[in-house]
Amino acid sequence: MKVLVPVKRVIDYNVKARVKPDGSGVDLANVKMSMNPFGEIAVEEAVRLKEKGVVSEIVVVSIGPTQAQETIRTALAMGADRGILIQTDEAVEPLSVAKLLKAVVEEEKPELAILGKQAIDDDANQTGQMLAALLDWPQGTFASELEIADGKAKITREIDGGLQTLAVELPAVITTDLRLNEPRYASLPNIMKAKRKPIDMKTPDDYGVALETRLEQIKVEEPPKRQAGVIVESVTELVDKLKNEAGVI
Amino acid sequence: MAILVVAEHDNAHLSDATNKTVTAALKMGGDVDVLVAGENAGDVAAEAAKIEGVRTVLHADGPTLAKQLAEAMQALIVPLMGDYDAVLAPATTSGKNFMPRVAAALDVMQISEIVSVLAPDTFVRPIYAGNAMQTVKSTDKIKVITVRPTAFDAAGNGGSASVKSIDAPAGPFKSAFVSEELTQSDRPELTAAKIVISGGRGMGSGENFAMIERIADKLGAAVGASRAAVDAGFVPNDYQVGQTGKVVAPELYIAVGISGAIQHLAGMKDSKVIVAINKDEDAPIFQVADYGLVADLFKALPELEEAL
Repeated sequence: MKVLVPVKRVIDYNVKARVKPDGSGVDLANVKMSMNPFGEIAVEEAVRLKEKGVVSEIVVVSIGPTQAQETIRTALAMGADRGILIQTDEAVEPLSVAKLLKAVVEEEKPELAILGKQAIDDDANQTGQMLAALLDWPQGTFASELEIADGKAKITREIDGGLQTLAVELPAVITTDLRLNEPRYASLPNIMKAKRKPIDMKTPDDYGVALETRLEQIKVEEPPKRQAGVIVESVTELVDKLKNEAGVI
Repeated sequence: MAILVVAEHDNAHLSDATNKTVTAALKMGGDVDVLVAGENAGDVAAEAAKIEGVRTVLHADGPTLAKQLAEAMQALIVPLMGDYDAVLAPATTSGKNFMPRVAAALDVMQISEIVSVLAPDTFVRPIYAGNAMQTVKSTDKIKVITVRPTAFDAAGNGGSASVKSIDAPAGPFKSAFVSEELTQSDRPELTAAKIVISGGRGMGSGENFAMIERIADKLGAAVGASRAAVDAGFVPNDYQVGQTGKVVAPELYIAVGISGAIQHLAGMKDSKVIVAINKDEDAPIFQVADYGLVADLFKALPELEEAL
């Protein structure tokens, strides 16, 4: 079975985003960029399925600037087989991403697409679900366990009240939650090997998808700042302040 | 303008998140209807009819809607949108699961997790783990929106809307419910609690969370956790507060043994009063805390329990 793993190049999760003074967005100049952490979990899951013999080929796809090749290389070093970069310097909305991915699915014919549940930059949490809807595939979102058997995927999902298990027919879209696995670090030999794995360079035009902007960004601002607090010396002082100053207990 | 709000419920009780989403819908202006999709959820429909400001409750009942799986919710909601200009659902794991499917089927961009309504087509939403607030204007004809419940007050329960039954989608669908493991607790629900006390990696073990639970019971508080504590297996996943877990904004948030990674702060920094207890005085959590106590939590927690 072939699996498609879409990944996004985003600000590194350890870096605190800074809003540009002119309100036009977040400053990404000279900021460390990495693979979206949920995408890493998706790659790792695909590699584990391949190691178990369930998956035969892992195709990684990214949509973004030329530098997103590095993100694809990271996935190839983790164990993916080949990559596709749909190159664009524009900001691509999740709906357009889903349309591009649908076109890739129609060409590649995977039986499974595994995506991160949300990108840590726009925090939209929608691309996987949109892709599933456009393909008329079932979905298993926020997965913390995945088992493939008998043409079905059994997915344990992290939901607000606890855990839910679904059985979905293949082909299907899976989105990953934090506890699905712990992504590996690529070894040096695998990083070297990844340099020889192929990456197809494409453009949105190659897939006949016009990138549209449906959400016009008016501005980006800093969130309201919290006032600096005080350090209390003891539990007694803390309880006193909470009772008499803040009035919250 | 007509707006549909999709109710959050467990077939027995309506979640408060629904009332908060109705408030967001009323801010957009126009007529607001509520959709209750479930199985044997008549009581929920009756409860939804009491929400102030609601015109009509649409009640779809059937086995395909028992767990509000995404495929069935899409089949139910999309045909209804001929009559509506917008559909809103709380940004819970349920709403986040089915709403993007609805959006894609309607060929519109979902506006995720709004925290403010500036105009019927203009909204504010957090991005980059809440380190930036983005104002967006939707050019789509139909708006598909998820709402962060903690950002809106709950609409009152003095209304008396009519309830109209509609058909549940027949199915079959390509996904099936297998089982559920829900955390049982007598404590208030994390996202609705007035006081939340959370533990982090510093708690050291799941057993040590009992210290937090005893204080929670004295305060009538909910118990939360940082990702590190959940990853370490101290507590179940549904305790997690943060960028990708639950977002809480209680009157009082007590963070114990939590260093304060940006991902955790994203889930709690809108709390009214924040208390941090941590032995590391340089922990970033102190930068957002109103009251900080630099102390060993194994000493401070028993003292706190005693003092309450």
